[in-house]
Amino acid sequence: MSERSERPSEHGDEVGRPTDAGGRTTDSVVRAAATPDEPMPFAELGMKQDEYDRVKDILGRRPTGAELAIYSVMWSEHCSYKSSKVHLKQFATKAPKSEALLVGMGENAGVVDIGDGWAATFKIESHNHPSYVEPHQGAATGVGGIVRDIMSMGARPIAVMDSLRFGAADAVDTRRVLPGVVEGISHYGNCLGLPNIGGEVVFDPCYIGNPLVNALCVGLLRKDQIKLATAPGPGNKVVLFGASTGPDGIGGASVLASATFEDESQAKRPAVQVGDPFMEKLLIECCLELYAADVVVGIQDLGAAGVSCATTELAAKGTGGMDVDLNLVPLRDPSLRPEEILMSESQERMMAVVRPDDIPAFMAICAKWDVPATVIGEVTDTGRLVMTWDGEVIVDIPPGTAADEGPVYERPFHEPAGQAALNADAPDRLERPADLRATLLKLLGSPNLASKEWVTSQYDRYVRSNTVLAQPADSGMLRISESIAGAEPTTRGIALATDGNGRYAKLDPYAGAQLALAEAYRNVAVTGAKPLAVTNCLNFGSPEDPEVMWQFAEAVRGLADACKTLGVPVTGGNVSFYNQTGSTAINPTPVVGVLGVIDDVAKRVPTGFVAEGLRVVLLGDTHEEFGGSEWAHVVHRHLGGLPPQAALEAEQALATVLVEAASRGLLEGSHDLSDGGLAVALAESCLARGVGASVELCGDAFTELFSESAARALVAVRPEAYDEFASLCARHEVPCYGLGVTGGTSLVVKDVFEVPVEELRETHSAALPALFG
Amino acid sequence: MSAARVGVVTFPGTLDDQDAARAVRLVGAQAVPLWHADRDLNGVDAVFLPGGFSYGDYLRCGAISRFAPLMEEIVPAAKAGLPVIGTCNGFQILCEAHLLPGALTRNGSLHYVCRDQKLRVEQTATAWTNAFEAGQEIVLPVKHGEGRYVADADTLAALEAGGHVVVRYLGGNPNGSLNDIAGIRNEAGNVVGLMPHPEHAVEELVGAPSTDGLGFFTSILKNLVNA
Repeated sequence: MSERSERPSEHGDEVGRPTDAGGRTTDSVVRAAATPDEPMPFAELGMKQDEYDRVKDILGRRPTGAELAIYSVMWSEHCSYKSSKVHLKQFATKAPKSEALLVGMGENAGVVDIGDGWAATFKIESHNHPSYVEPHQGAATGVGGIVRDIMSMGARPIAVMDSLRFGAADAVDTRRVLPGVVEGISHYGNCLGLPNIGGEVVFDPCYIGNPLVNALCVGLLRKDQIKLATAPGPGNKVVLFGASTGPDGIGGASVLASATFEDESQAKRPAVQVGDPFMEKLLIECCLELYAADVVVGIQDLGAAGVSCATTELAAKGTGGMDVDLNLVPLRDPSLRPEEILMSESQERMMAVVRPDDIPAFMAICAKWDVPATVIGEVTDTGRLVMTWDGEVIVDIPPGTAADEGPVYERPFHEPAGQAALNADAPDRLERPADLRATLLKLLGSPNLASKEWVTSQYDRYVRSNTVLAQPADSGMLRISESIAGAEPTTRGIALATDGNGRYAKLDPYAGAQLALAEAYRNVAVTGAKPLAVTNCLNFGSPEDPEVMWQFAEAVRGLADACKTLGVPVTGGNVSFYNQTGSTAINPTPVVGVLGVIDDVAKRVPTGFVAEGLRVVLLGDTHEEFGGSEWAHVVHRHLGGLPPQAALEAEQALATVLVEAASRGLLEGSHDLSDGGLAVALAESCLARGVGASVELCGDAFTELFSESAARALVAVRPEAYDEFASLCARHEVPCYGLGVTGGTSLVVKDVFEVPVEELRETHSAALPALFG
Repeated sequence: MSAARVGVVTFPGTLDDQDAARAVRLVGAQAVPLWHADRDLNGVDAVFLPGGFSYGDYLRCGAISRFAPLMEEIVPAAKAGLPVIGTCNGFQILCEAHLLPGALTRNGSLHYVCRDQKLRVEQTATAWTNAFEAGQEIVLPVKHGEGRYVADADTLAALEAGGHVVVRYLGGNPNGSLNDIAGIRNEAGNVVGLMPHPEHAVEELVGAPSTDGLGFFTSILKNLVNA
C-alpha cells in the first residue's frame, strides 16, 4: 500500500466516505450498497467463504464492517454451536419427563423447581482458551461470566464451583497455569462474595497446552420471578449498565474461543478480558434491587460477543426490532471504532429493556450502587436491528439471522483409527502389586487423589453463611432459607457436584459421559439430596477432525441416554471445541454437573467417618474393572481397555436408598467410590475427621480395594440402625456388605495392611504443597 | 428493655453484612443496616464493620472506606465510647481510621487463606469479648489475603504491656502476623478489631464447625445491659 492511499483526505476519502476526527472512515449501509465488491476481512474474523456468501444473501448486499463484526462473532463456533447443534438436540428429544424443569436449554441458564415456591438456576461454562493465554484473568472472567448468566435469569447467585484440568502436575507450564488460574478464581470469587463449594482438580499430560477451566454458578429465585432475555414492547428503552466498554477481549469470541492454538498464541494476549469483581458485586446487588422494584422487562448479560450478542438476542426474542445509537455506549477508550465496540468483551456489563416510565426509578437504583447506566436505544417493531454511528446507519439486519439462524454443520465423524487397538490393550496384562499398603499410599499421594486443600483453602467457602457442605465433601450443599433476605423460611437445601473423567471417555466416549453423569449423580445422593437436573460442559478437540467429532457425537448420545434413564433432564450447558495443540486433541472430557434437593437440609449426610463405633457398609458390587483406572494411570502410566460399566439402574437404586436412608436419619456419614476405588474411599473417610476403621474383605483384595466399578458407596451406620438400613437396601436390591467398624487411629484392612491415619494424612496433604509451594 | 440495636455497616463491596446481621439477630438483638453514604448512625447501641472488599480494595484495604461519610460519624462516636467491632475488612478499616494502631499487610504466604483457625481469647475486658473466659481456646474461620498484623516495636510492646491483644492465633499462624496477633482493642476496650470471622461460627448447620463466634455477640448484649 502506498503512503498516499493510507492518508485520507480531510473530509472524506476518494469514494466519498465520511471520516471521523481521527481520519478514519465509517462503513455505512449506504456505502456498502454502493461498493458491493469491496473486499471484507471475513477470513481474518474466522468466517468461511460460504458463510460470508450467506450473509450477503441475507442482506442483499455486502455487509458493512459493523455487520460483519456481528455475524462473525454470532456465527462463531462459540456462540452458534454450529458443529454441535445437530447432536445437542438429543438432550431435548430424549429428555425425561420432569415436572421440575421450569426453563430448559436455550436461555442464559436452565431453571429448576426445587419446591416451596423456590427455583434454582445453574450452569457450567468453559473459559479454557483464555485461561491458557492469561491464567489469572482468563479464570477470573470465567467466574464473572457464568455469574452474570445466573443473574440474568432473575436470580441471586449463591455459590460457585470450578472443575479444573491441567497438564502433568510436575510439568513446567502447569506451574505457570495452575497458580494463576487458582489465584484468578480466588480473587474474583472471593471479592464477589460467593462461596466456592466444590469442584475438581485433575492432572493429565493431555491438558498441557489446553487446560480446562469450567466454572459453575448456582442461583436462587422465587419461581414466579424468572427473567428472560427478551426485548418486547416497541418504545421500551434499551439500557446498557455496568462497566464501560474498552478494547479488552475484542475478537475473543471468534479469534480466541474458536481457533486452535498454534505457536503464535502468545500474540493473542490482548484478546483476554480483564475482570473487575468489585463492579460485578455492585451489579449483583443493583440487579436484585432492580428486579425487586419490577423495573426490568427483559435482561441479558454481555458475555462472548458483547453488544453484538446482547442486542441481536434480545431483539430476536422480543418484538423483533431495535434501534441503537452506538455513539451512546460509554467507552473506556474513546478511540474505539463501532466494529470494536460491537465485538468488545469488556466484563461486568448488562443490558436491560425498561419501560420508559420506569427509567427514572431504574437510574436511581443504579446510581445508589454507583453503577453507570445509559439508554442506548429503543425497542421497535420493524423486525430490523438498526444501529447508527455519527448519524449514519451502519447496521441494518434482521436480528434473528445473526442470533438464531447461524450455519448448522453436519460434520463428518468416524471412529478413531486406533480405537479398537486402544480398547484391546486391556489392563489385564499389567503386573498386580504385591504390597497393597504401598499401592494405597502411592495413589493417595498422587496429584489426582491427593488433598486439594492447597487450591481450596484459597477460596472463601463461608461467605453468606449458608454453606452446609463444601469441599472436600462429595457435594457442595447450601441451605435455601436464609439465602435471600426476608424470604419465607423452608427446610430445603440444594446440593451440587461436578464430575468428569477424560480417561474413561477416551476409552469409550459413550460410557465415559454416562460415568461422569453417574458420579455426579451419586455424589449428590450420598449427601442425602435427590438428584434433579443436569448441566454439562463438553470439552473436546477440533470438530473439523472426524475422529474428535465421533468422540463428541458418542459422548452426547451417551449423556442424553443416561439422563433419560436416570430421569434427570439437561437444563443447559456449554460446548468447548478446539481444545488441541496442533493435531493432538485433549482426551474427550465431558464434565457433568448435577443439582439435587434435600427436603430437610439438617439431615444432610457428612462425608466420611464422623465418630467411633459405627458400622462401615459397602453398597454395590465390585467387579474387576481397571481400564482407565487411577491405579493403571499412576502405577503403570497405562491407558487402555474399557472403562467400568455404567450401571445406571444400579445407580438409580443406590441413590434411592441413600436419599431415603438420609431422610430417615439412618446415615452418620457416607462417601462415594470413584477414582482409586474402595481403598481411597476408606482412606479419605478416615481423613475426614481423623477417625480410623477396621474392615475385612472377601475375595481378591487387590480387586476389592482398587477396582473402580460404578454404582458403589461407603456409608457409616449406627449399629442399632443397621437392620433397618439393610432391609431398605434389600427392598431396592442394592447389595449391602458390612465391612467392619469405625474407630482407632489407623485404617486396618484385616490380613492386608494397617496404616496410621496420621501417615495417610501426611501422604495425602504433602503432594500439592510440594509441587506448588 | 427493648432489644439492643446493633448497626451493621454496608460499604460498596462489603460481603459479610448479611452474615453479621443474622448473628446479631440470633442472640436476640436487632440488626440495623447502616449505609456507607449516610451521615446517620440511626441511634444504634453498637456498630459492626463486616468483612469484604470495600470499594474493591484496589488501593490499600480500607484506605478508601475510612473517608466514607458514615465513618465521619463512627470515628467520633467510637472515641466517645460507642462499642465498635471490625472483622477482617472491618479491622483493616479501623486501622486505616486510626481507631486502632498498626496495619494489616499481605499474608506471608502471598496467598489468600480460608481455614478454621484455633485462637486464644487473651483479653475479656472489652465490649466484645466479656462473655469469654480469659485464655479460652476457640475456633473461628479466617479468610483473607491481607491479614498480617504489623506495627512498630514500640506499639507492639505497648499493646502487649497494656493487655490490648484480644485474640491470638494458636496452632499455626495463618498469615505471619507479628506476635501471632489475630485481634486487638483500643485503650478503652470499646473498639475491637480482628481478622477471624465470629459471624461465620454461630450455627451448627452452616459455616465453620464451631459456634464459638456467638460469644462476641452475647458479649455486646451483656455489655449493653450492664451499661
